[in-house]
Amino acid sequence: MTFNPHTDADRAEMLRAIGTETIADLFSPVPADVRFPTLDLLPQLTEMEAAARLTDLASKNLAGANGNTYLGAGSYHHYVPATVGQILSRGEFYTAYTPYQPEVAQGTLQVIYEFQSMVAALFEMDVANASMYDGATALAEAVLMAISTAKKRHKVVVAGTVHPAYREVIQTYSSGLAIEIVDLAIPTDGFATSVESITSQLDDQVACVVVQYPNFFGGIEDVAAIGEAAHAAGALLVVSTYPVPLGLLKSPGSLGADIVTAEGQALGVAQSFGGPYVGLLATRQSFVRLLPGRLAGVATDSEGKRGFVLTLQTREQHIRREKATSNICTNQGLMATAATVYMASVGPEGFREVANRCYQNAHYLQKQICAIPGFKLALDAPFFHEFVVETPQPAAEINARLLAAGIIGGYDLGKVDSALDHHMLICATELNDKTGIDRLIATLK
Amino acid sequence: MSSPKELLYTKTHEWVKVEGDVATIGVTDHAQSELGDITYLELPDLGGEVNGGEPFGVVESVKAASDVYSPIDGEVLERNEDAIAAPDVVNSSPYEGAWLIKVKLANPAQVEALLTPEQYDELLESTGSH
Repeated sequence: MTFNPHTDADRAEMLRAIGTETIADLFSPVPADVRFPTLDLLPQLTEMEAAARLTDLASKNLAGANGNTYLGAGSYHHYVPATVGQILSRGEFYTAYTPYQPEVAQGTLQVIYEFQSMVAALFEMDVANASMYDGATALAEAVLMAISTAKKRHKVVVAGTVHPAYREVIQTYSSGLAIEIVDLAIPTDGFATSVESITSQLDDQVACVVVQYPNFFGGIEDVAAIGEAAHAAGALLVVSTYPVPLGLLKSPGSLGADIVTAEGQALGVAQSFGGPYVGLLATRQSFVRLLPGRLAGVATDSEGKRGFVLTLQTREQHIRREKATSNICTNQGLMATAATVYMASVGPEGFREVANRCYQNAHYLQKQICAIPGFKLALDAPFFHEFVVETPQPAAEINARLLAAGIIGGYDLGKVDSALDHHMLICATELNDKTGIDRLIATLK
Repeated sequence: MSSPKELLYTKTHEWVKVEGDVATIGVTDHAQSELGDITYLELPDLGGEVNGGEPFGVVESVKAASDVYSPIDGEVLERNEDAIAAPDVVNSSPYEGAWLIKVKLANPAQVEALLTPEQYDELLESTGSH
């Protein structure tokens, strides 16, 4: 649809119809002293001057360019193929809102359907939805889903190695509800959740166990064993994962997950200082009616031709009202499209190759950094592309030195717990090659 | 078309068949017609309790998810697995093929508060339903 702006004649006709003199008159119910406040703005700039000012501000950012960043902790710097930007910037995708007359937007629905199919295949789960806002809220909604199925159980056991921000979001989403969140402490002796620490919490009141795979500290835990224990106690296994590691690691579905969530940012979405990102959510067929959010489906029309629809809409709150598991009635269409284009562009082999390079670079980084006196590997578990090192000086100090050399260091775990201020969570992706890593090592020495 | 004479009814469009101390509950022809094509049934587990005036399950169509209410207290003895497997029977045979649950009456006197077929038909007439 094209954009049709009002003309002065249109405005005059509308004002005449409602019997008002000017548009300003419509604001008369607002008290005079706050009606048209004087705003403290810069003087009006020309486009050229404005562009120069913004460029000046932007130059103060040290962006993750040229492989100079080792910061992960939930948001990752990966290479985004040109196809993503090219397709995303098409007006039909870039400015479209979530469809309210969905069948008219066949192109939109097809992309969502392809996105869902890829996510379900990646996780090895039966069905994925059209996306959530981000990994944190997707996980919180998965917890609510688990509570919904469990009817008589209202405890949720959350591993201490789940992303601290995600744990806060779970608390936020469950506040006011009759849910008891058992939030386990961070296991600082190794930064990996043991199966025993979970089993000791299981009873007939636990609706689900929440783990992260790989965990916040980069470690790969025994998810299958945790899942078996959870199932034996009648609880569901909720796994918060990341897509790129799944290029090498076993899928959460194959490890027994009942609900899988993830932050999809690494799939062609820029880090953008925290967002917009895209949440992935998938589950087994038996739980599909509890899945929140949009679900695209494929069907045939009256002429027998393939068509796409939004399906199982009776789950959503505009129909099920207070009985819906969630009030979300949208998705992250543009970012989900980016993820779809990214996955289609790299393909299964490319995906595996990206994961492999992340793994190799990170393990080279780990060997090199732990050879520097004072640096010790603190993570006691296998890892994919992130790990924790104990540092000789506070991580914050080391990062300041690195920044002066134009390098963004790893995450200062002192921000999670001040007792961990000599611990750094450091990450390497396919963009952190040997040359870059060697430069980092030289700067650290 | 008048509602079957051997059944009793509720204001919320359920029908009840009482045989001794067992009540069979389903939704009426009016209900299935208003809901449209039924796609899914959510029914309680066997041995579960139903309470008079409270919903015991959900009948879902393409456009709505409607609570089904029990007019009586009791324990769920049976539920219609065939209907769960093929929910469209609610549209094609609301009074026979699509019985939903059988309940052991905890309080048989509650049956007296149910509507007769004539009263139910009058209710449909007066609310302009046909």
